Amino acid sequence: MRYAFFPGCSLESTAWDFDRSARAVCRTLGIELEDLPDWVCCGSTPAHTSNASLAVALPIVNLLKAQTMGHPVLTACASCYARLRTANHIIRHEPEERDRMRRITGQPYDGSVEVRHLLDVLVNDVGVAALRAKVRRPLRGMRVACYYGCLLTRPPDIVAFENAEHPTSMDDLLAAAGAEPVEWPFKTECCGAAMSITHPEVVSRLGHKLLSMARQAGAECVAVACPLCETNLDLRQGDARKNHDELPETPILYVTQLLGLALGLSPEELGLDALIVSAAPLLAALAEGGIGVATSRGNTR
Amino acid sequence: MADTLEWDSGAFLREVERRSGTPVSACFQCHKCSTGCPIGPEMDLLSSQVMRLIHLGAEREVLESNTIWLCASCAACTTRCPMQIDIARVMDALRMMAVERKVALPDARGEQFNRSFLRSVRRHGRVYELGMMIAYKLRSRDLLADADKAPKMLAKRKLSLLPKRSGSAGEVREVFRQAEKEERQR
Repeated sequence: MRYAFFPGCSLESTAWDFDRSARAVCRTLGIELEDLPDWVCCGSTPAHTSNASLAVALPIVNLLKAQTMGHPVLTACASCYARLRTANHIIRHEPEERDRMRRITGQPYDGSVEVRHLLDVLVNDVGVAALRAKVRRPLRGMRVACYYGCLLTRPPDIVAFENAEHPTSMDDLLAAAGAEPVEWPFKTECCGAAMSITHPEVVSRLGHKLLSMARQAGAECVAVACPLCETNLDLRQGDARKNHDELPETPILYVTQLLGLALGLSPEELGLDALIVSAAPLLAALAEGGIGVATSRGNTR
Repeated sequence: MADTLEWDSGAFLREVERRSGTPVSACFQCHKCSTGCPIGPEMDLLSSQVMRLIHLGAEREVLESNTIWLCASCAACTTRCPMQIDIARVMDALRMMAVERKVALPDARGEQFNRSFLRSVRRHGRVYELGMMIAYKLRSRDLLADADKAPKMLAKRKLSLLPKRSGSAGEVREVFRQAEKEERQR
């Protein structure tokens, strides 16, 4: 399993812990990552909301580089994933845009470079059984709400590795790691995404709604696979608490940080010190032999 | 909103359909998009109302709404639309049309953020987050909001002090130039 790894801008700044833990988990599971040389920003939301040509051209600059490497692209960021997949979709279905992109980038591209999200590769290429066989420290009793957000599952004709309304890949992986994923209704509700900077008041309302529901469902922590979901629920959790009702401190971890713990990797190797809401109480309970053991089931904290 | 709407014989609808590549005219007002929209409470027009006003040719009402700038691009509407209208892409097209036509934006923050972000990408080939955030704050004159966040992020090494430049930054600049040329001809 060899992939051209596209980290994206967030993974070298706000989500450096996602980068570190994703690489560590891939190494442990035998997924080989070769960095896409001189990759460039995918354009993210600012490009697709202000310049339709740029929004397709920037991903294509990266896809052309991957084509030379001869490997499928693997990305961990949900936004980069959606933008690269959307560019491929447009190139395959809109001939006029294909011509336009040739004019912009100076090279022909037919939309054939495969783009995969890390979750897709973990669940479909590595597989739940192979992961379970490598678990060294099961996340016994850890009640986790798996939060997928928007861009991993929508729109389904573009991203297509998961059910758009009821995804299960993260739940399946974390269950294999020994955790107890909770059933909750907001798995794919939006966190406000890029409005984090422009409309923080909206993001704190949405964050409060999401975290209250996760808590109500019995979760002690939330697993994410997107840098914006993490930032909006972790960095802005204090605002959500201040602007709305009281809410217990809820650690937000990348799915790779949780899987890494189960695979026996250290908190340093997984960048756990990057979390704003500390995961220390969670890890302490785990060390004592399981969270559900320390507190009463279903009525945690 | 104005009391009367000017009838434009479908020109606005046709333009939105061409720019967004999606059949807005197929909307039959089931309101599924509005029901599932996470930002509905903050919007002045619900997404299904935007669709209806496009049918009616109410260009000004649509382009001056805060809805098109509050859309988080989560695509819940696009996913659930029974007529396969890519509503999120319609919102993208409407933002571009609003900027091109220089309409008075009810809330300029989204546009200011876009400019700050893309300027950073144009310069470095990647986003230099700290520089981009300072540029946005100066543009929006919103200097005090989130003043507590930057120190936290710096302490957690979530913001780097210097930009990380892509080796392909030159290529990116050329892509920006060409993409802007293409957009002028759309």
